[in-house]
Amino acid sequence: MTSRYDSIFLDRVARAIVPVVQIFAFYVITHGHYSPGGGFQGGVILAASIILLRISTGEESFERFPRQAGIGLAGVGALLFALLGFLPLLFGGAFLEYGMAIPGMDPVTLRYWGIFFAELFIGFLVWGALVAIYDALTTGGVD
Amino acid sequence: MSEVVAGYYPYVMVGLLLLIGFHGMAMKRNYMKKIIGLTIFQTAIYLLFIQGAAKSGATIPVRSTEFGTAAANYINPLPQVIVLTAIVVGVAITGVALSLMLQIHRRYGSLDEEVILKQVGEEA
Amino acid sequence: MSQIPVLVPAVLLLTALVSLLVGLKGQRAGHAVALAGAVAAFLLSAIGLREVVSTGEALHYAMGGWMPPLGIAFVMDHLAAYMTTLITFLGVVVLIYAPRSFGHEIAGREGFAWPTMVLLVAGLAGMCLTGDIFNLYVFLEISALSAYALLAVGDRAAPVAVFRYLLVGAVAGGFYLIGVAFLYFTAGTLNMADLYARLPELVENQAVVTASVFIVLGLALKMALFPFHFWLPDVYTNAPSAVAGLVAPVMTKVAAYAIIRIFLDVFPPGFFTEVVPVASTIGWMSAAGILYGSILAVAQQDLRRMLAYSSVSQVAYVGIGIGMANPVGLIGGLLHIMNHALMKGCLFLVGGAIRYRTGRTRIADFAGLGRTMPWTMAAFTVGALAMIGIPPTAGFFSKWYLLLGALEAGNGWWFAVIVASSLLTAVYFFRVVERIYREEPPEATDDGPEQGATDPPASMLGPILVLAAGVLVAGVMNVVIVRAVLEHIVAPLGS
Repeated sequence: MTSRYDSIFLDRVARAIVPVVQIFAFYVITHGHYSPGGGFQGGVILAASIILLRISTGEESFERFPRQAGIGLAGVGALLFALLGFLPLLFGGAFLEYGMAIPGMDPVTLRYWGIFFAELFIGFLVWGALVAIYDALTTGGVD
Repeated sequence: MSEVVAGYYPYVMVGLLLLIGFHGMAMKRNYMKKIIGLTIFQTAIYLLFIQGAAKSGATIPVRSTEFGTAAANYINPLPQVIVLTAIVVGVAITGVALSLMLQIHRRYGSLDEEVILKQVGEEA
Repeated sequence: MSQIPVLVPAVLLLTALVSLLVGLKGQRAGHAVALAGAVAAFLLSAIGLREVVSTGEALHYAMGGWMPPLGIAFVMDHLAAYMTTLITFLGVVVLIYAPRSFGHEIAGREGFAWPTMVLLVAGLAGMCLTGDIFNLYVFLEISALSAYALLAVGDRAAPVAVFRYLLVGAVAGGFYLIGVAFLYFTAGTLNMADLYARLPELVENQAVVTASVFIVLGLALKMALFPFHFWLPDVYTNAPSAVAGLVAPVMTKVAAYAIIRIFLDVFPPGFFTEVVPVASTIGWMSAAGILYGSILAVAQQDLRRMLAYSSVSQVAYVGIGIGMANPVGLIGGLLHIMNHALMKGCLFLVGGAIRYRTGRTRIADFAGLGRTMPWTMAAFTVGALAMIGIPPTAGFFSKWYLLLGALEAGNGWWFAVIVASSLLTAVYFFRVVERIYREEPPEATDDGPEQGATDPPASMLGPILVLAAGVLVAGVMNVVIVRAVLEHIVAPLGS
């Protein structure tokens, strides 16, 4: 499983399907508060789309999604989530208290958008982390 | 005895899965089978939480006009969040376990526990 | 509402992320960020400790602004402040020590070690600060996963040892989670303070009894309480020296802390002595563990394996303090958490320094080091005297309280076990001390990187000396610590 599975049929179908899968994944992320879904679930689907590309197209997928990008993406997603958590502290709220993140705006609206962005960042984090795990397992480590 | 099983069959299933998973982890010699046993063990625990949260005739925990504000009409969302967190932890554990297994295979050339322990003993 | 209870783990988590991103460019920068964050967390914990001790009140924090019992609460009371200050202090000390040691043992992979070490400290600190039993599980697994990753990059057999530790740790977490499930379904809440209020009516409930046993079982597996210690010796022997210096002093102790927290602040008083005889069971298992660890440590040839079996024995001291279930014994156990962290940390770091200078780990090869590495061996001797329990080092005082507790519990066997293990500790440490101060020159056995062994560089020697000094300071100041912090913790047990 460390190299691509050589089949032109799989290659063509994967190229066609992956964009659709990724759009569906973003749909799952953004609708997590109302229907089954959320940051983690959508992130897993995004990671699955990249892994499908790795399996079907092999080397070309490393140009589109580089080897170290998984860890970098996970780090950026987690950092943004952490900053979102620290932002309310500056304005007198508690950690992760979205209602007080921006003074002057309606707390209910802020919580709505706060959760939305939190789920989005978690989605990036999970996406990056799972692709990083897959890359580490198949390429034998950091080198 | 059969009333106990019939009345509490989710718990019996959970117990059975825990035992199967534990048997896999302890008794199987292949490391990959141990990891599968670990996954079964963790899945049993998720099942324990979910079936404790289910209510018959209740709807998803989003407030709707027809069900009103009585809490009994909505399933409990907290165990679902607990299970989600536990699944994430389980994924991370499985990831680390697979990496360790690959590293062991690269160093000792085998996935059989007895072969590996014998080699470790000889090298010490 | 003071921000300190959430700032300690949050700052550490943020540091880990920034250190990861910065470390992708250069590992020295990653180390600098990690060290800065650890120092910040230590200062925050120290400020929190001073505030809690001076006002006598705990610091409460509601995560996200949602009030408990529905929201997750973070509480920094005396016990939490005590543990967090200890953990972050050890984190700072080991992070100063680690660069040279990692450069010698795991060269090329330090870039990922720094964020993982900070994550480990964050997980342990979070475990001590949380007031929610499920949040405790989350932080428990954070620290466990970071530890697995760090411990696995050691010697050749490290992945095999860590794989077994991973299976045991996952099962332990699973048992803990089953206990949480039963507690939640009967009591209806996850908040510790709320459980303390609701559980007295539910004491007769079979599910609550089962929950308590599962929770303690899971934590005892993590704590390496005899007979659940089997994963520990291989893991500590094959770990990188700096990682062993961070994991061995604190990880099992934090699991013991969790058991103490469950005893004192979740279940009603007397639950673990009258309703379910868990306390005495833990006490007897600990007594067996103390003897087992000490006896096996005498037979070891490798310094790290000897220290590992010694750790099995020492964590059982905390367990026997829990088992006594009286204030004096529990004070002894709590004091021993701090003392052992300082002593064992010093000893493991000395082992790493010996390995850095000479490449040797077998005790038989240590001959003559007393002359060539004087400061390091002096620190080792201080640590050894403290482990045996010679006043005025710290080790004496915690054993003293434990002996008093055994007398008050009326248990002559436990008294004898503590005394016997002190004698055995003297045996296995005297063996090493005699070897290092012997005059015979070392033979040309292993080829270490530097044949002329001298004291290690300042970045490694400094932390060793700080910990050795800490052992002496903790011994002299033990009355202050007991009166200011520990007596408040055991107050729920009565006088």
